[in-house]
Amino acid sequence: MSQSNTQDTLVGLFVAAGIAGLFFLALQVSNLSSFTEQAGFTVTARFENSGGLKVKSLVSAAGVKVGQVSKITFDPKTFDSVVEMRIFSQYDNIPSDVSASIYTAGLLGEQYIGLGKGSSDEYLKQNSEIEFTNSAIILEKAISQFLFKSAEEKAEEKK
Amino acid sequence: MMDFFQHLGKETRGGFTKLGRGTFFLFYTLKGLFSIVVRPRLLLNQMYSVGVLSCLIIAISGLFVGMVLGLQGYYILSDFGAEETLGLMVAASLVRELGPVVSALLFAGRAGSALTAEIGLMKATEQLSGMEMMAVDPIKRIITPRFVAGFLSMPLLVGLFSAIGVLGGQMVGSGMLGVDEGAYWSQMQANIDFYDDIVNGFIKSLVFGFIVSWIALFEGYDTVPTSEGVSRATTRTVVNSAFSILGLDFILTALMFGDD
Repeated sequence: MSQSNTQDTLVGLFVAAGIAGLFFLALQVSNLSSFTEQAGFTVTARFENSGGLKVKSLVSAAGVKVGQVSKITFDPKTFDSVVEMRIFSQYDNIPSDVSASIYTAGLLGEQYIGLGKGSSDEYLKQNSEIEFTNSAIILEKAISQFLFKSAEEKAEEKK
Repeated sequence: MMDFFQHLGKETRGGFTKLGRGTFFLFYTLKGLFSIVVRPRLLLNQMYSVGVLSCLIIAISGLFVGMVLGLQGYYILSDFGAEETLGLMVAASLVRELGPVVSALLFAGRAGSALTAEIGLMKATEQLSGMEMMAVDPIKRIITPRFVAGFLSMPLLVGLFSAIGVLGGQMVGSGMLGVDEGAYWSQMQANIDFYDDIVNGFIKSLVFGFIVSWIALFEGYDTVPTSEGVSRATTRTVVNSAFSILGLDFILTALMFGDD
């Protein structure tokens, strides 16, 4: 009996260790834990071009994560991209006249929304809209603008 | 010339016959599933010899695979000044590919070959026929508990492998090479998706557990009852398992991670 008892214990330990490993992967390695603390409110912002922004992209203010993008839709009337983002509920005192810009983390990194400074006494709340926005910088556009500009300058020099 | 074609035809036909026998064998094994409910102790004993005894090799291999990933990843990533993404690289490669595949290969070598040899020897020494004589169904009594034990052990072993590997990568990355520990974990958590990565890796491990147990048990059951036959069957188990694991891994990866 005692021999099979130790066997039972070892099997129990094995199963427990395996499940603990899976739990560790689920909670510590993946983003599952950040799903749960998502209590917050939704604000929208309209961008001329939202570039490579994706759902679950970061919303940061001064480098601190304050929320994440929850939905991106296209408005065919104004040709804007309407970005809905969820701001965590502990940041309920962000001034309502902040600006939202799309930045790129690093040279080739992911794009995220950075909130700029604001000075209003009113705060962002559910369904409020951020008015001042700066679109994503599209690298091709910037390069082609630069090329056109230098070509024009050269043409003028020839005259 | 004629001989060659005759031989080819015979081999092909033999291959299909074997596949058919294997399929029937699988049906009979699954038919015996209810016997586990009646005799859970049979399953427990097999969990011990299939799962617990594989734990050590899986844990040690996981540790070293994680450590090597940390080292190699660091050398490559530091060329681009992206050492901070080391955690992501280690975890993604472990959870998506290396965890399920390497543990399945080790499992086939450690537990699969043992299962084949055990069953094959039982057949060679006519223990299986002896059971049939006593009106005990050897499939229900011998095969099904081992099959279920292999199927259940595999995901647990993969979980153990990947978790220890991630810790090993962290040990090398932030312990020896000086990657920031917070960046290691946060990069990992920000980019590894629970459903896309962890659940898909889990599904892979279930598939591999199924296929390795099936191959190992069938090769044992189908062995030529001589000592040479047993040794050939054991070799075939390891070779065929490795082929199926790697082939299926490609198919599963194409299905799971294709559209992103």
